[in-house]
Amino acid sequence: MRGNRFTYYIREGVSSIFNHGFMSFASVCIIVACLLIMGSFTLLALNVDNIIDTMESQNEIMAFVNETFSEEEARAIEPEIERIDNVDYAVFVTRDTAWEDFVETYENSTTFEGLDSSVTRDRFVVYLKDISLMEETRDALTYVPGIDYVRASTQISQGFVRIRNIVTLASIGLVAVLFIISLFIMSNTIKLTTFERRDEIAIMKMVGATSTFIRWPFVVQGLILGLIGALVSFTLEWGLYQVLIQQLISGSGISFLTVIPFYRVSIPLLIAYCAVGLGVGVIGSMLAIKNYLKV
Amino acid sequence: MVQFTDVFKSYENGTKALRGISFTINDGEFVFLVGPSGSGKTTIIKLLTGEIAPTEGTVMVNNYDLGHIRFSKMPYMRRTLGVVFQDYRLIEDKTVYENVAFAMRVIGASGKEIRRRVPYVLELVGLDTRTRRKPQELSGGEQQRVAIARALVNNPRLIIADEPTGNLDPARSLEIMMLLQKINELGTTVLVVTHEKELVESFSKRVIAIDAGKIISDGMDGYYRYER
Repeated sequence: MRGNRFTYYIREGVSSIFNHGFMSFASVCIIVACLLIMGSFTLLALNVDNIIDTMESQNEIMAFVNETFSEEEARAIEPEIERIDNVDYAVFVTRDTAWEDFVETYENSTTFEGLDSSVTRDRFVVYLKDISLMEETRDALTYVPGIDYVRASTQISQGFVRIRNIVTLASIGLVAVLFIISLFIMSNTIKLTTFERRDEIAIMKMVGATSTFIRWPFVVQGLILGLIGALVSFTLEWGLYQVLIQQLISGSGISFLTVIPFYRVSIPLLIAYCAVGLGVGVIGSMLAIKNYLKV
Repeated sequence: MVQFTDVFKSYENGTKALRGISFTINDGEFVFLVGPSGSGKTTIIKLLTGEIAPTEGTVMVNNYDLGHIRFSKMPYMRRTLGVVFQDYRLIEDKTVYENVAFAMRVIGASGKEIRRRVPYVLELVGLDTRTRRKPQELSGGEQQRVAIARALVNNPRLIIADEPTGNLDPARSLEIMMLLQKINELGTTVLVVTHEKELVESFSKRVIAIDAGKIISDGMDGYYRYER
């Protein structure tokens, strides 16, 4: 009997999609549009996050050692630095190495002739775990005995954090709004179906059909429409991402930015699309049928 | 069995539809419920089918207390009833067979049960040669037979017929009443709500007459007393 019912739900759900072909098509289109916008913003947020992560990893604090310290004394400070909470690791750079690197950047210049490494200091290049805590970390480093001076680009780090927060918030807001819009459209599509079949539903109630039995064909209808919408939008998103975004970046000369390859996000994105599509379908149909099941 | 005990029903707009009604319909009875428009007949049917709950008093239908029944139990109560309406309420795009089978399918009957039971019921109501027709291809009397077959197919204990002959000519009305009597003789309790005096008088059955939400007579001569 269970299998019999299951077949009935599927058959009724599918036939309802075809009997209301235009509305079904409209629902799928709306879901595709909403999911495409949601997906595009999510991908944008992921890429911004990825770019910021890359930049973060290159963002460092310079901690200069007291110039009276010998190299051995300077190296002894390293454990103190790494004990600070937000410090990922620190790299010791001797004044000689620092001087060589500095001179190398001005390879053909004669400006530094007659000078030597004594004009520079031993230093630590400090890498952070969380760039948003750069200011606090800089302050903590100044209290380490032997560290005379700390240089940190806190404004840049704050900029990164602000951009990430804005993009994340915008994405969450947009995804929420579009989810509600999709839900509303799906609910209305199924409401039209239920309105057309209200006599049938009344007969079903009259002869003793349970609410679950009446509800399921409509849920199946929503589920199928949601799933079709999810799969179509995923395919379109894939194509768009590959063609438009990558072409745009390489064409506009900003190809130094690392774009996340689609294959790396495809599985989570497909799961998210299906979850949203199915969620919209199921919740939308439940909302649509609710009033007819009250009697 | 149906048992109304001191039932009052008031609607939200203040209308007092029933004012302390009590009656019992035993299993196997055939009862007419008569009364003028606004007397409370429709309210009694709605109470019997669980569409509304009584404001006061007790309504028992086939061992279900409809004043306190859980929403989830309502479908199972309704499976003990068969309801026939004046306007037939058939699904236009389904055939006669499908309309009747639909009532079985939606309560989860198997295909085998449906194939066994539907032809039997259609033969009982005299529509075994019309199974592939759509409702609009049938006469009013035939459509009402389909509605009766649908009401009967799940083997209910009580059939409630709300003005079943309201849209039919006298000859077809008599046929429908004969059919309901035949169903009653096979053991199903039948409650017929009607206005048609001649029809009621031509069957020597119990008549409950109501007016202004009260029972004014109950007995074999009920319609006579109601008229008087």
